[in-house]
Amino acid sequence: MDIFNDFSIGLFAMQAFILIVLIFLLGKFAWKPILNAIEGREEGIKDALEAAENAKKEMQNLQADNDRLLKEARAEREAMLKEAREIKDKMISDSKEQAQVEGDKIIKQAQAAIEGEKKAALADIKNQVGSLSVEIAEKVIKEQLSDKDKQLKLVEGLLGDIKLN
Amino acid sequence: MSSFQGFSISEKEKEGHSQEDNGHVDTKEEIGDYIAHHLKDAHDFHLFSYTSDSGERKHVGFSLPVIIWSSKGLVSFMSSEFHHDDAGHTIVDKKGLKFTKIHSKIYELDANATAVSFDEEHHATNAHKVLDFSITKSVFGILIAGLLMFLGFFSLAKGYKKGAIPTGIGRVLEPLVIYVRDEIARPNIGEKKYKKFMPYLLTVFFFIWILNLIGLTPLGFNVTGQIAITVCLALFTLVIYMTNGSKDFWAHTLWMPGVPYILRPVLAFLELVGFILIKPFSLLVRLFANITAGHSVVMGIAALMILLKAQFGTAGATGISFFLTLFLMVIEVLVAFLQAFIFTMLSALFIGMAVEEHDHTHDH
Repeated sequence: MDIFNDFSIGLFAMQAFILIVLIFLLGKFAWKPILNAIEGREEGIKDALEAAENAKKEMQNLQADNDRLLKEARAEREAMLKEAREIKDKMISDSKEQAQVEGDKIIKQAQAAIEGEKKAALADIKNQVGSLSVEIAEKVIKEQLSDKDKQLKLVEGLLGDIKLN
Repeated sequence: MSSFQGFSISEKEKEGHSQEDNGHVDTKEEIGDYIAHHLKDAHDFHLFSYTSDSGERKHVGFSLPVIIWSSKGLVSFMSSEFHHDDAGHTIVDKKGLKFTKIHSKIYELDANATAVSFDEEHHATNAHKVLDFSITKSVFGILIAGLLMFLGFFSLAKGYKKGAIPTGIGRVLEPLVIYVRDEIARPNIGEKKYKKFMPYLLTVFFFIWILNLIGLTPLGFNVTGQIAITVCLALFTLVIYMTNGSKDFWAHTLWMPGVPYILRPVLAFLELVGFILIKPFSLLVRLFANITAGHSVVMGIAALMILLKAQFGTAGATGISFFLTLFLMVIEVLVAFLQAFIFTMLSALFIGMAVEEHDHTHDH
């Protein structure tokens, strides 16, 4: 019973009043700004961590990109060199072939020219031999025909040949 | 509670005796009286007393304003006008009314009475209690606690304007605020709704803790051991969780689904009794009893210094009581935090029960 006797309505009222004032004043001027600040800071930390993580990922991506680019460039260089080498080889072989063909052609032309010359020379020789033979034959005939008997003999010989034919 | 009755009986027996030996406290009964007196609220701030060389009893402390609602309206005067009398001997005349103080309560004497007369049970027969809004020792303690909270937390709040990391006292206070938020409010109330109740929980936590700690100083406050204070705190929690109850909470409290219809009113009755009476009662009694018991035990053990003087000598008795009291005080410092924590924790838990929404009932 003593406890109920001790209960003071006045103290209760004072306490209730002061507590309400405390809750409202502290709520407005202390708890709200404090909690907001703490929350803001926590958000900030979270964001910063995320940003750092993202930056790290980005760095990794960049690194990977760089590596890829480098690899590509190297491959391209390789390909270019290979192509150049091929072109060189092809050019060399092409020119060799062409030279061969050209040479063959020249040789053939030379051979043809030689053949022509040879034919012409032979024809010339033939003509000269012919005319020489005719001249010789003329001179021989002229010599032989200076004597009448010999002429008759020859005619007779010739006539004999013709008859035989 | 029987111990309080014990105190009060001994008080009645000893009435009038304490003045004769200059208010020395040296017998068991007087120690009991002294402790009982300490546990009560007081109208003046009494630090200690001593007997001067001339044999006069001197009280060191200061008086506090008395504000009462009498039959003629508001009356106020300083408590020094009672001259430390607590037995109804000193009569204060104000506005034509006579007031006296008996056991820390202020009485208004009936119109024609000039002195208080008591019956056999030591109840005043010709005086009645008045509504007492005095700045008593407890109210003074509350104001100090409030002031400390303003100073500490306003400076913490202000500190955030300068930078995200607090400096000075804020470094100590900020982790405590975060502790209340993350260990008490969030897990019990839930992520969605806890913010609304943070001002109350934080205020109550620091309020109780600071007052518990002030109670352990030699200033002799016993604020959280005043039943009016704990009743008030528990009522605040009650009002908050009753006014914030969700639809689900009321549905489950008043008309529990999934239970035979005949049982539902019975359950509703039990739930209501639980929420309206038992839960606040457990809150207020736990805090009150812990603090009161702590104060009684510490003072009792300290009094061994006097009681064991005969057996162990002055030095021996003082040594024994010193170490026992030191030990108890360490425990009390822990209890001071623990009770603040438990009160806030349970408040958060009850609020959490009330605002909880059962998703499963909405889903299908």
